[in-house]
Amino acid sequence: MTVKSKHIVRAYDQELQRLNELIGRMGGLAEAQIDNAIRAVAEHDLELAKEVAASDERVDQMEAEINKLALRLLALRQPMAIDLRYILSALRIASDLERIADHAENMCRRAKDIAEDSGGPAITGIQRLGKLVLAMLKDVLDASLAGDVDKAVEVWKRDNEVDELYGSLFREYLTYMMENPRNIGACTTLLFVAKNVERIGDHITNIAETIYFRVKAQPLKDSLPEGVDGDDFEEDDNR
Amino acid sequence: MATTQTAPSSIHAHRASRRAQAKMSARDVNVFYGDKQALFDVALDIPAHHVTALIGPSGCGKSTFLRCLNRMNDVVDIARVEGDITMDGGDIYALDVVELRARVGMVFQKPNPFPKSIFDNVAYGPRIHGLAQDRDELGEIVFTSLEKAGLLDEVRDRLDQPGTGLSGGQQQRLCIARAIAVNPEVILMDEPCSALDPIATARIEELIDELREHYTIVIVTHSMQQAARVSQRTAFLHLGELVEVGDTQDIFTNPRDERTQGYITGRFG
Repeated sequence: MTVKSKHIVRAYDQELQRLNELIGRMGGLAEAQIDNAIRAVAEHDLELAKEVAASDERVDQMEAEINKLALRLLALRQPMAIDLRYILSALRIASDLERIADHAENMCRRAKDIAEDSGGPAITGIQRLGKLVLAMLKDVLDASLAGDVDKAVEVWKRDNEVDELYGSLFREYLTYMMENPRNIGACTTLLFVAKNVERIGDHITNIAETIYFRVKAQPLKDSLPEGVDGDDFEEDDNR
Repeated sequence: MATTQTAPSSIHAHRASRRAQAKMSARDVNVFYGDKQALFDVALDIPAHHVTALIGPSGCGKSTFLRCLNRMNDVVDIARVEGDITMDGGDIYALDVVELRARVGMVFQKPNPFPKSIFDNVAYGPRIHGLAQDRDELGEIVFTSLEKAGLLDEVRDRLDQPGTGLSGGQQQRLCIARAIAVNPEVILMDEPCSALDPIATARIEELIDELREHYTIVIVTHSMQQAARVSQRTAFLHLGELVEVGDTQDIFTNPRDERTQGYITGRFG
């Protein structure tokens, strides 16, 4: 919270604190899911891939728990101003984290295909992309905890790197496919995985925007200089 | 907008033209009760045909300010009011106080019907101000006022019965009808719903929203949710000072002042 003073009703503070903790825990879980998913894909670890798929349920449960607590706060505390934005933000961040975890799960679904095609093109590019979004997720979660707008904006801008790296990966795999049509299957699978990671980046920028709105009470988009944009506001694609 | 049957259309045009203007204005208002200063340099515009809510913790001066607007503080011996308060640009102290209070009506926290019939409660003001030529005209004023206050259908058949026999919510609407009957321009409401249950409160709030088409309303309320629901402008007072005033939506979603934020989010220590 950016407001230092406490509520007169102590239970209100405790509930907001609990919401904060849940978001933190869900964020940590999403980080672990991405990390494991990338490892499972890169190291052909099908057991780990299964674990990631199984853990997705925990992420969903945490989202449900956050929704329930937020609903309770809205109904019982009738929050205003910063508190209202805080609770709405928690709902939105939980929704983005849930989608992030879904992308991690989707990556793992390709792990078997990738493992079977181990002679295919290198996967290091995807690992680099994964490291990038993992660092962004960590920073955006820190920004959320601290209500740090500058850090959120900084993360938001880093999504350009993700987009650029994804673009170069796309061209790289395209080249492999043109060189040898037998690469088409493996490269398409890898492109799907890369796209999953790229979408995670988009959800992280959503979270950065949400943090900005929570603290500043206005959309980040409105405060950016002309020409700063990108595909950060595009609709989510289908899974 | 033009829905009243009674007033000629020129009045509507006149009212529409000044709709966006300040109906009442306060500048540099200081109020003292004896040695104690209750308001400090308050400056506030009350826009016409809007509901302006005054919020703030107990003792912040919101009721004191409300009472300045129809010179109710005149009757308090130790009260001294300094500063400029105008209505339609004219000094309210230049007006006859009886005329002022006919133009600026008031509804109080506790419903206070006279120990008279429902009819006579509403007819009281028009009678003393000589607003009706005859019994028929008086009857029409009473009916119209009760209708505007949303009470007519409930009391049509028992206008001769005592006003004190109505339920709390009905009594408060009777008081609103009584205030409306003298055709005021501004209605001041001091915690009009604090003695009412949620259903009766919702009725009054709905009524307030309807009334602002014809009147300018200033409401003092302890319920921030009520201020958020009924008003278009909200002013936050604290320790006799006007801290912040703005569109209600802005005050409740993004207040500028730390003190406003603290109060509306329940953080006031």
